[in-house]
Amino acid sequence: MASVPMEQGLLLAAVLFTLGLVGVLVRRNMVFVLLSLEVMLNAAGLAFVVAGYRWGQPDGQILFIFVLTMAAAEVSVGLALLLQLHRTFKTVDIDAASRMRG
Amino acid sequence: MNTVFYISSVVGVIATVAAITGFNAVHSLLYLIVSLLAVALIFFTLGAPVIAALEVIIYAGAIIVLFLIVVMIFNPGIEAVQREKGWLGRGMWLGPAFLAAVLVAEMVYILFRNVSVGHPAGAGPIEPAALGAALFGPYLLTVELASLVLLAGLIGAYHLGRRHDTEETRQEQHREQETETEEQRELTDMGLPR
Repeated sequence: MASVPMEQGLLLAAVLFTLGLVGVLVRRNMVFVLLSLEVMLNAAGLAFVVAGYRWGQPDGQILFIFVLTMAAAEVSVGLALLLQLHRTFKTVDIDAASRMRG
Repeated sequence: MNTVFYISSVVGVIATVAAITGFNAVHSLLYLIVSLLAVALIFFTLGAPVIAALEVIIYAGAIIVLFLIVVMIFNPGIEAVQREKGWLGRGMWLGPAFLAAVLVAEMVYILFRNVSVGHPAGAGPIEPAALGAALFGPYLLTVELASLVLLAGLIGAYHLGRRHDTEETRQEQHREQETETEEQRELTDMGLPR
């Protein structure tokens, strides 16, 4: 059975990561920014799994589990910040919070 | 197996583009779920069935539901019902449903044709037992660190998500109490019991 070349798997991970990065840079709605961050983290995990597949070791999959853990912690904090933004400024536009206090 | 990989890659990229360029949060989340399912299928073709299951359960099951709950919190009330009807109109779910149907066809093909997962090293897919042995062997310290990260996320989300007792809300509460006591005073003036 033919196997998937590593270059193509990494290429897919790079394309997904770039899409997520473009989303983070272009979108100003914070829901979409967080969503694009999820895409980026997922692409990074995909790169780990592809590398682990290339050498037949479980390490890549274990690192994906850690990326998953980090993504869960990140999204909970990010969504709490989103709620706080909506409560303070009555908007989800991330540019509304561009000024620091202090 | 290569064709399954290519088709799911195309589906995943299309769904991701649709998710990022969308203007409706719920529609984008639907497309993101399709993208995550496509990546899960790719994990399966790459000999990682446990990771594919985790992707579906935690990413598509837990994280996206968290997103949905927050989006729903933003618009409570009667008009939210009307808006939800608009969200689930007939036209909008055709795209995600078509992409998901392609993924289902691929999964049925894998399951019923009994395609073995190709592997460069010729070792086959990595068994869950090997994954667990590595996770709780050499990576044990990292698992502990992951628990710390989750604890930090829990505390951070609790701290940021609670309603701060700001000056405005305190004044509002004070005003409410004053009006209540005035009403009670009026009631007692009229000779009614409290």
